[in-house]
Amino acid sequence: MIYRETGQFKTTYASDQQLFPILQDRVFVIGFLAFAFVAVPFLASDYLFRAILTPFLILSLAALGLNILVGYCGQLSLGTGGFMAVGAYAAYNLAVRIPSLNLIVVFVLAGLCATVVGALFGIPSLRIKGFYLAVTTLAAQFFLDWLFSRVGWFTNDSSSGSVAAPPLAIFGHPIQGPVEKYLFVLSIVSVFALLAKNLTRGAIGRTWMATRDMDVAAEVIGIRPLYAKLTAFAVSSFYVGVAGALWGFVYLGGWEPLAFDVNRSFELLFMVIIGGLGSILGSFLGAAFIVILPIALNRLPAALGIPLSTATVSELELMVFGGLIVFFLIAEPRGLARLWAVGKEKLRLWPFPH
Amino acid sequence: MSASARNLTIAFFALLAAGAVSPMLFQGVRFPQWLEIVIGGLMSGVLYSLVALGLVLIFKASGVFNFAQGAMVLFAALALVKLMAHMPFAVALALVLALMVALAWLVERLVLRPLVNQEGIVLFMATLGIAYFLNGLGQFVWGADVYTLDVGMPKEPKIILDKFFEGGILVSSEDVIAAIIAGLLVAALAFFFQRTSTGRALRAVADDHQAAQSIGIPLNRIWVIVWSVAGLVALVAGVVWGSKLGVQFSLQLIALKALPVVILGGFTSIPGAIVGGLLIGLGEKLSEVYLGPLLGGGIENWFAYVLALVFLLFRPEGLFGEKIIDRV
Repeated sequence: MIYRETGQFKTTYASDQQLFPILQDRVFVIGFLAFAFVAVPFLASDYLFRAILTPFLILSLAALGLNILVGYCGQLSLGTGGFMAVGAYAAYNLAVRIPSLNLIVVFVLAGLCATVVGALFGIPSLRIKGFYLAVTTLAAQFFLDWLFSRVGWFTNDSSSGSVAAPPLAIFGHPIQGPVEKYLFVLSIVSVFALLAKNLTRGAIGRTWMATRDMDVAAEVIGIRPLYAKLTAFAVSSFYVGVAGALWGFVYLGGWEPLAFDVNRSFELLFMVIIGGLGSILGSFLGAAFIVILPIALNRLPAALGIPLSTATVSELELMVFGGLIVFFLIAEPRGLARLWAVGKEKLRLWPFPH
Repeated sequence: MSASARNLTIAFFALLAAGAVSPMLFQGVRFPQWLEIVIGGLMSGVLYSLVALGLVLIFKASGVFNFAQGAMVLFAALALVKLMAHMPFAVALALVLALMVALAWLVERLVLRPLVNQEGIVLFMATLGIAYFLNGLGQFVWGADVYTLDVGMPKEPKIILDKFFEGGILVSSEDVIAAIIAGLLVAALAFFFQRTSTGRALRAVADDHQAAQSIGIPLNRIWVIVWSVAGLVALVAGVVWGSKLGVQFSLQLIALKALPVVILGGFTSIPGAIVGGLLIGLGEKLSEVYLGPLLGGGIENWFAYVLALVFLLFRPEGLFGEKIIDRV
């Protein structure tokens, strides 16, 4: 009854092409953003910011990047962790070697470094397809892992191989508290999500999707696969690189190459699949699921009053995690975003069945 | 294979061979030492092939890229170690085999059947879920310690060919036995696939699911069989790897090395898994010994992948893989 577009006439092209054509959607999204920016800083606890909201937002950004590549362009990649590492180490080197650089510029340049590396490792995708491509992107992952742990220049010759990010400040205003960090990340992620939404519904997004659906057919109707695939790799790596820089600077503070190992790549792929391939919203839902699930599983036995050792809990966590992944894939192979869409469709018809 | 593709493949192997013998020309390495490394590389390649074989079997029959193969290796090895403490080796082996068949049946019932007709990536993710589950289960039931698996393989190295070269060549007898076991396994699998009616059914399913089903081959049963065979291969790999390196979590990471092997050989080819394993093992060993010091060491983590990547640029479907033909 409430969620219905009856009577909302589109009288201009602009209103026909807007991001959220239904008034209720617009109100909801703006209200949600206002809530996230204004109300959450007063409501949430420090723990919530530190352990859940900040990592959730950063990983959403990385998942968004991966979703552009896997969900929109159909190129399966297992090297996301490596591209995150490129962003993080590029940001570190820029910030340490050129201290006068603005933090935003550092992040953008770090993203651009990841773009170059991503496009480079995307070149094989022109010849190699499907799972063959997935395994070759593992080459990127392992090579980059090795590069950052073995070549001293990247870590500024730190003896332990781990690096610490310099203190964060933007326009002379330090970003230290959990709330400030949260707001900083939230602003960046909002801008990037808006950008991704527009990219994917524009001309370039359509070339990606045509390539995903069938690359030979796309080529026949005049889409250059070189352009489509490499831009997808480049844009995706840019997002992932910025997310990597944020992960290192804002969430971890200091890190070693292990922070971006192959498990990170798998985790991000899980987020994209569980959330929904080819959906911006799905990236966020998937990230929320994968960030919150281990924490919830970890706390569950204690909350139920079952005494278990930490080792047992972590083993059970693995089992339940694996089981739930399979369960979700069976229940809704098209991801949480699909559930959301089905729910909205139902709501439009409510209270009538058809 | 078109002429240009053949030429490219030949060029690639010429480059590879040149790279392989170059240490003798430029670094002044003597032939017996070089041969020792080559043999060591081929032997470790056999071990990669064992894991790769399981992957190929499942991919051929059900089109699933089974990421859980490494977890299955670890799971089988862990189960075997724990059971061997209570009973003789042969009984334990039979019990673990039964366990792997049960696992295959459960996977088919609970995972594959509900996910039938889904896209490859969804099935791939499901096997990742299975891998997580098996790791958790194995550690939960049997603990996360490092175990030694002693099935009576001789440990001491042997010196061979000492008539031809001064000092002879040092070969680990463990590796030789592993290679023999792998050879026997491949021969048994070849017999199973070529000479039994079940094997024929498996090949029919691999060729065309729908056609196989239309002539009355039960797909579900075939999947159980093929996952059981993959479980058997995982068990053999677990025994060989486990007695060489100890049964521990890192076995799983070694299993990741089977991935470049599979793509190098071609996803759908059993000989490809063997040849790919040998090539990767050889390339990895040679590069580790002769190229590693120049680059700062530790390159065995990525060399196999980069080798496979470069090779796929020449032949995108791998060495023996089915040619991928795209039609609009």
